Amino acid sequence: MKWDWNAVSDFMPHFWDGLLVTLQILVLGSLVSFALGLVWALLMRVPSRFVTWPVGVVTEFVRNTPLLVQLFFLFYVLPEWNITFSALTTGVVAIGLHYSTYTMQVYRAGIEGVPVGQWEAATALNLPLKRTWTAVILPQAIRRVVPALGNYVISMLKDTPLLMAITVLEMLGEARLFSQQNFQFTEPLTVIGVAFIVISYLASLALRALERRLAH
Amino acid sequence: MTSGLWELVLQGVWVTIQLLVFSSLLAAGVSFVVGIARTHHLWIVRFLAGVYTEVFRGTSALVMIFWVFFVLPPAFGWQLVPMWAGTLALGLTYGAYGSEIVRGALGAVDPSQKEGGIALSFTPWQRMRLIMLPQAVPEMIPPFSNLLIELLKGTALVSIMGMGDLAFSGNLVRLALQESAEIYTYILLIYFVIAFLLTRVMRGLEKKLKAGVGKTPPKRKAAAPEPAGIGGVR
Repeated sequence: MKWDWNAVSDFMPHFWDGLLVTLQILVLGSLVSFALGLVWALLMRVPSRFVTWPVGVVTEFVRNTPLLVQLFFLFYVLPEWNITFSALTTGVVAIGLHYSTYTMQVYRAGIEGVPVGQWEAATALNLPLKRTWTAVILPQAIRRVVPALGNYVISMLKDTPLLMAITVLEMLGEARLFSQQNFQFTEPLTVIGVAFIVISYLASLALRALERRLAH
Repeated sequence: MTSGLWELVLQGVWVTIQLLVFSSLLAAGVSFVVGIARTHHLWIVRFLAGVYTEVFRGTSALVMIFWVFFVLPPAFGWQLVPMWAGTLALGLTYGAYGSEIVRGALGAVDPSQKEGGIALSFTPWQRMRLIMLPQAVPEMIPPFSNLLIELLKGTALVSIMGMGDLAFSGNLVRLALQESAEIYTYILLIYFVIAFLLTRVMRGLEKKLKAGVGKTPPKRKAAAPEPAGIGGVR
């Protein structure tokens, strides 16, 4: 086994570029998934099966099919319908949509966890439906699901390399490009492998700290 | 689509199913070995199993696949057949997730069961095999079922390495027809059907195993798996 530190130092500038793109995808993708997931969770509570049934089927479908094929779908099919985004935007939309089907379950559990007395109090105070949701239910529901949402951010981090398949140059994309140009595969791939382990370990420590804070 | 192209898709389905079976067997083996090792009485065994879990859970499955395909061959002189390389990468990664499920289920068995085993002077191995596992395994089935779906979705990653699985056959058909909406819709539907069948099988298995220890499975709400997908087990 040969390890070449020069290759590592040559790769580092590309690594930082890739890391920046990875973090961009992560932040934007998380925001999309948090927002869309909340929309799905609220739609699933509409008391009409003409709403819940289609939303349930679509989200179940998205959750049970591979993100990679969904990426290909958006990347190749949308241009055929004359909708063109950059590869990065397509990737963020796809990853956000995919994870929104997970976060919707998290929100659902959070909303169901709000004690029924809160609903009754809101009814007794004659709060309009919108105020009940925005001032009573959601603040309590979202507070208790923050740790669970954080877990999905960490698993989203581990799915960001998939965007390489639609030409986005995030960490793995940069590593592959570098290896193909220099015929050195070991160093760049190991560097980003270690980077993923370190980032997700630090993120899980931060999440545990946050969880302790929210518990009080 | 012509029948020749459908044949391509069917070959892809076959490769995906083979990969799914092999890597889920490896992942199940790894899960039980590492998960049981994390309840071992020696701290060094627990520590090593913990390191394994953190490392393989911390890195991305796709990075792992790249590593097995490109770094293992020159570094150790192994050149694995793509099928085995894919199986190795997926099995080790998803096995790390599975080991957390095994550890959690073993921890959830009533401690008095273990104490009863000690009082009856069972050996540790007998205790595990005859007392702990029969009660813990049925509890593992629902999270394992979710993990199996994640693994099915993970098998699509090998198409990036040029292995002819279902996702790869979709790309070939797209290139042949210069048209993508139809084929990718079919590919997504096929994955969905496989996932649906897997959940049914796992549900049946849970019912059978629970009946074996005298329990009935809890009533499920309509189509609501635990929000413990791949990241929820931490």
